[in-house]
Amino acid sequence: MPRLTVAQVAKETSFYGTVAFFVILAAFPFYWMVITSFKTNSDLYNVANIPFWFNDPPTLEHFRYLFDKTLFARWLWNSLVIGVCVVAITLVTALPAAYSLARLTGRTGETLGIGIFLTYLVPPTLLFLPLSRVIASLGLQNSMWSLVLVYPTFTIPFCTWLLMGFFKAMPPEIEEAAIVDGCSLFGAFFKMTIPLSLPGILTAVIFTFTLTLQEFVYALTFISSSDQKPITLGVATDLIRGDIFYWGEIMAGALIASIPVAIAYNLFLDRFIAGITGGAVK
Amino acid sequence: MAAVAESVIKPASRFRFILDRRDVLGSVFVAPAILYVLLLVGLPFLMAVYYSVSAYTIYNPSWQFVGLENFQQIVQDPEFRRTLSNTFIFTFGSQALGLVLGKFGALVLLRPFPGRKLVRALIILPWAVPVALATVAWQWMFDSLYSVINWTLIALGFITRAQAPNWLGTTDLAMISVIVVNAWRFFPFAVVIFLAGITAVPQDVLDAATVDGAGFWRRNYQIIVPMILPIVAIGLIFGIVFTFTDLSIVFLMTQGGPIDATSVLGFKGFQTGIVSGDVSHGAAISLFMLPVLLVVVIFMLRFIRRREI
Repeated sequence: MPRLTVAQVAKETSFYGTVAFFVILAAFPFYWMVITSFKTNSDLYNVANIPFWFNDPPTLEHFRYLFDKTLFARWLWNSLVIGVCVVAITLVTALPAAYSLARLTGRTGETLGIGIFLTYLVPPTLLFLPLSRVIASLGLQNSMWSLVLVYPTFTIPFCTWLLMGFFKAMPPEIEEAAIVDGCSLFGAFFKMTIPLSLPGILTAVIFTFTLTLQEFVYALTFISSSDQKPITLGVATDLIRGDIFYWGEIMAGALIASIPVAIAYNLFLDRFIAGITGGAVK
Repeated sequence: MAAVAESVIKPASRFRFILDRRDVLGSVFVAPAILYVLLLVGLPFLMAVYYSVSAYTIYNPSWQFVGLENFQQIVQDPEFRRTLSNTFIFTFGSQALGLVLGKFGALVLLRPFPGRKLVRALIILPWAVPVALATVAWQWMFDSLYSVINWTLIALGFITRAQAPNWLGTTDLAMISVIVVNAWRFFPFAVVIFLAGITAVPQDVLDAATVDGAGFWRRNYQIIVPMILPIVAIGLIFGIVFTFTDLSIVFLMTQGGPIDATSVLGFKGFQTGIVSGDVSHGAAISLFMLPVLLVVVIFMLRFIRRREI
């Protein structure tokens, strides 16, 4: 092993110090979630205890309370139903749209693509007032189906852009060969492009689903009955009785809802970046 | 028999023939998406504009036109002016902090070291996890009595329990807290954007510059930074737009308080338009986001175009 000079040691130390700083900064709130959700209440609410680890043995009482005494299971189910429906609506509309904008419409398609992308930037806090009137007039107020109707307004632009990137990265010769072999244009899309872009489509599905899980503003605006809430809204607003926050239960619920999203993001991040930036290059 | 069969086939094949034209299939394919967006984004947007110049409330849903009266009333309200300046402080404070953290985070992750994959996965967490849930975790960390931050400061001897700050209950500290939480949530996104940009810089360009005698900082600021500017610009558009219009962090952590110190446009629009039911004033407040959004988007789009040529 080569001898390290003082300067090198200092450099290495500061590098790993920076790494540690970033890891603690990013992950501490989640460590805090984990440790809070497994602590007994007497341990949690005692300022004399060292808060970073268990002073009493860990407990499952918060999780038990969550599933037995609250609507948590119902919120999980609501989120799943909303997510699946929104994914279906989004795929049916965004998949052909993205293909059309990437392959069929040429120059106009590029402008339209940027236009659709820009609607993704129209914020919920600008649209929630008129949308809440629209939903009231459809009789969907205070129902989770209002979210199924509204969420595609951001998942369609998002997925169209993402899928456009994937389609542009695919060589058009594959479809052209299929057409030469007697396939119709539609057939070429259906039989060649879709099967070949399954990884891209899967990425779009995963991110659509996580976008519906992350949404908060529309859910907060449209839904007030506890049994219609999706999981994020339920955990953040429904586990407070009067002024008392049920911190153990809140953190346990947040933990359960966060884990799948965190895993999905990490597994699909590279593909996601390829799609997002692919839409911007020709 | 033959005639019947023919008349069935013919329209079908003509239909197929039309669908085989690129422009026709293109329009058919893109129509549902455009229609959905027009009906549920375009139309509501126009409604929001009309609400802002009407006297509409949920108790008296009239479409009576009142001109710019709502806007005049809002602008004269000191609470609103405070909200507007809060929104700018909140946005630019957290974006600046997020970008700095993002740049350094990306530099750290560029270098190979054992456990880099795990470190990247942990750094992505704040951006991946639903913002409302991460925010309640921070709210718990900022708790007035059981704050882990205060506990640590006391244990390290920086302050005594009597001096322990009430993070969300003091005007300046509350603003700093929401800025920190928002920067924390966005910095992984900035890391990802910087990483994607930096790894896209062709290695031969960097090698050529090194051969020509460019050092680390020169390579960094005269080659890498200009080359990744377009992608960073896109990231910044997202950051600014989503922060400027944010509601969830302020709603969950401070409810705009104490005494409107952290009230931002999204929150004020929600309070006025949804909670109080004064739709017209709420819409007018929300529309104050629009000029800023337009300026940001136009500026960035132009910037990206110019870079591409």
